[in-house]
Amino acid sequence: MARGIKDKVAILGMGCTKFGERWDKDADSLMVEAFEEAVADANVDVSRIDAAWLGVGFDAMNIGPSGIPASIALRLPNVGVTKVENYCASGTESFRGAVYAVASGAADIALAIGVEKLKDTGYGGLPVRTRGTTFDMVGVVGSAPGNFAQLASAYRAAHDVSKEDLKRAIAHVSVKSHANGAKNPKAHLRKAIDMDTVLNAPMIAEPLGLFDCCGVSDGAACAIVTTPEIARALGKTDIVTVKALQIVSSNGWELQQGGGWNGAYFHTTRVAAQRAYDEAGVTDPRRQISLTEVHDCFSITELVTMEDLFLSKEGQGWKDVLNGVFDADGEIPCQIDGGLKCFGHPIGASGLRMIYENYLQLLGRAGPRQRSKPPTLGLSHNLGGMPSQNVSAVAIVGLADA
Amino acid sequence: MSGETGILAFGAYVPRTRLQRSAVYAAHAWFAPGLKGQSKGERAIGDWDEDTITMAVEAARDALTGVERATVGSLSLASTTLPYIDRLNSGIVKEALNLPDAVAALDVTGSQRAGTSSLLQALKGAKGGAAPHLVLASEMRKASPASEAELTNGDAAAGLLVGSGEVVAKFLGAHSVTADFVDHYRTEDMDFDYGWESRWIRDEGYTKLAGGALKAGLAALGVAPEAVDRLVIPLVGRGVADGLAKQAGVKPEALADTLLATVGDSGVAHPLLLLVTALEQAKPGEKIVVLGFGQGVDVLLFEATPALAKLSARRGVKGSVARRHADDNYLRWLFHRGLLALEKGMRAEFDQKQPATTLWRHRKTVFGLVGGRCTKTGVVQFPKSDITVGSNDRSSGTQEDYPLAELKSKIITFTADNLTYSPNPPAYYGMVDFEGGGRLTVEFADVAGVEVEVGREMRMVFRIKALDEQRHFTKYFWKAAPAD
Repeated sequence: MARGIKDKVAILGMGCTKFGERWDKDADSLMVEAFEEAVADANVDVSRIDAAWLGVGFDAMNIGPSGIPASIALRLPNVGVTKVENYCASGTESFRGAVYAVASGAADIALAIGVEKLKDTGYGGLPVRTRGTTFDMVGVVGSAPGNFAQLASAYRAAHDVSKEDLKRAIAHVSVKSHANGAKNPKAHLRKAIDMDTVLNAPMIAEPLGLFDCCGVSDGAACAIVTTPEIARALGKTDIVTVKALQIVSSNGWELQQGGGWNGAYFHTTRVAAQRAYDEAGVTDPRRQISLTEVHDCFSITELVTMEDLFLSKEGQGWKDVLNGVFDADGEIPCQIDGGLKCFGHPIGASGLRMIYENYLQLLGRAGPRQRSKPPTLGLSHNLGGMPSQNVSAVAIVGLADA
Repeated sequence: MSGETGILAFGAYVPRTRLQRSAVYAAHAWFAPGLKGQSKGERAIGDWDEDTITMAVEAARDALTGVERATVGSLSLASTTLPYIDRLNSGIVKEALNLPDAVAALDVTGSQRAGTSSLLQALKGAKGGAAPHLVLASEMRKASPASEAELTNGDAAAGLLVGSGEVVAKFLGAHSVTADFVDHYRTEDMDFDYGWESRWIRDEGYTKLAGGALKAGLAALGVAPEAVDRLVIPLVGRGVADGLAKQAGVKPEALADTLLATVGDSGVAHPLLLLVTALEQAKPGEKIVVLGFGQGVDVLLFEATPALAKLSARRGVKGSVARRHADDNYLRWLFHRGLLALEKGMRAEFDQKQPATTLWRHRKTVFGLVGGRCTKTGVVQFPKSDITVGSNDRSSGTQEDYPLAELKSKIITFTADNLTYSPNPPAYYGMVDFEGGGRLTVEFADVAGVEVEVGREMRMVFRIKALDEQRHFTKYFWKAAPAD
């Protein structure tokens, strides 16, 4: 049984661009913006980077295939760059490559960079594209909101929650995130919104309205990782280490009736979360996890994820949400930076942006967003696909001695 | 086994949506006030995802209620609105019905009596002891906006299983006349029929040609007009059917309702559709005469048998007509038939190219909705796969074909999606669980006016999944519709 990588890898530096409709920059320039901040934060020469991982979700629609675009944009000196993609979990996927390279001893210092530029597609939301030759014959070409909205119907049926109660709970999720994003200069959307606005917004995919859906935007984020020993040797004193990193992919189990999936939760998240807690030595997540950044592509996703991360009891997440448990001043703040809701979702970058906020919070560098009680462990949850078939990535970072 | 030849079973399909003629007339009254006379009642219109082939599949499924599919020896599809000029349309129906490969099939087209003519040939073949043949007739005609035909047409399909054995209607013979009477015509490059003056059609076509053939036919078949119990005349012009019955000396109450008020004139399908209504109501021993008209005349004679009472319940025309949803959105229908171009937006630019290789490799999956059932664990899945999806067992290569199309299912999750491109927004879809196992995330159809909720019972219907407008190819698949 593998022991995991707890405390084997430290974050040396991170960078994150301003997310939004970056009409001014290509994906290459966005990568440079994030990379330069990370290099400055790491205070290390680029020639020390041994290996790199590039995560992009829709490369055909922006940067193009392979790792070469990152190598060219960042002028990496004879570095092997691996291009990774795992749907919307691509951000954590690139982090995984860099972290495992260091944990294995194959690299001293490794780079993870994620970028997406979706605002050249000409319309909002994720671009429509093929999902493979068989899917194109028998699969439903639904929008992302439609794919995830189905959770709501199943959640209501499984836990006997009224349409009105669930609608209010998911609206609270978005109101809370907007209040947080208003304090974040790197977020795309920075205006607070109220319950009525959310409840009465135009319907996108029943029951998700306009404000239940994150937008698609441009952005990049970057992490430079190394061993804690090298970090200390380079002069770092407060060290943030990776406590756990787990990724689980659906194998079709949810898609068959006999398996028992009721459509109301993410099977992969539950498995990944439990493994991450085991790897990090977390036995009571509700008490031990200080903050979470979860995949709030849609408000309903965030709500059920609270249960899937075992922070709420099954069927009770909606009540915890309405009671403010996950608000910025609550027990376990969720999306204290504004989340996907305020940043938008540049696919390759989002997973790294989540780790970036946890990293800043742990080091006390989050400014007006800083959690009042000093955090010790930050969890990020990064999900790709759709409720019935997906990949869920859970990462936990914390102070080295936590 | 009586050893008679004739009709073994019947079925029908009329699309659920009924466009109110008053709504069409209201749009045209300023331009063509004379249409007022045709503006009553409603006509059946297929949804954007229906065509002649999908309707034929539904009529076939209805006709084959209770019939072992492997016993069908051949099938034919008659229509003047087949999607393909060169790709066997009845072959697509065969795949959707999951019939064995060892069957014969043909398309029959060219005139409004393609339905009766194909029925006639099938009955002749049945006399020779051939395996049952499924006669299908289906039509979805376009008509010029502000024409009479736009109001009087209807979309529908009918199916008759023909052969020897315990027939519900014995075939007693037929009489045909062929004469190039061009009341109307349509060529490959025309969207709409071009027709001549209706007064001439009535006099020379209906009264002389049809009337003459009907009289000669009854005489040739040795049937006295008074002995005709049911007369099917699929001509919907005002007073035409009545006039022909009277002219032939057949009692007025024998005349089958032309269904103009509830369905409309379904072209090639119409005589067979009305024959189905006659069979639904006939008593044993009744003589049924069916007339087909199109550059000539077919007259077919049947006699109902006691086996009618033993035939298992099916939707038929009665059930199809009753299953209705009133609609007054005339523009939506024009858009669906390609007669009105709407701004579809960039999402509709998605390339729907269909590789011929993958469709051929997976034709049972795509057309037949055939999944897999693990012979070791009994787990049902869609689609079939090498390694079973069951989590207790990782068997490879243990799945047998398992057809899902005829199984009922229940909604487990759903949404109504306003964002994804749909010709009839919002797009409803969700996950359904089949009776006995199997699960599918699938588009929903026919949900207008229905409360879609978790737990609702659904049935599968064969529909157009997407149109490759660039390459003129239709992608078919199955959708879930509320089970009535």
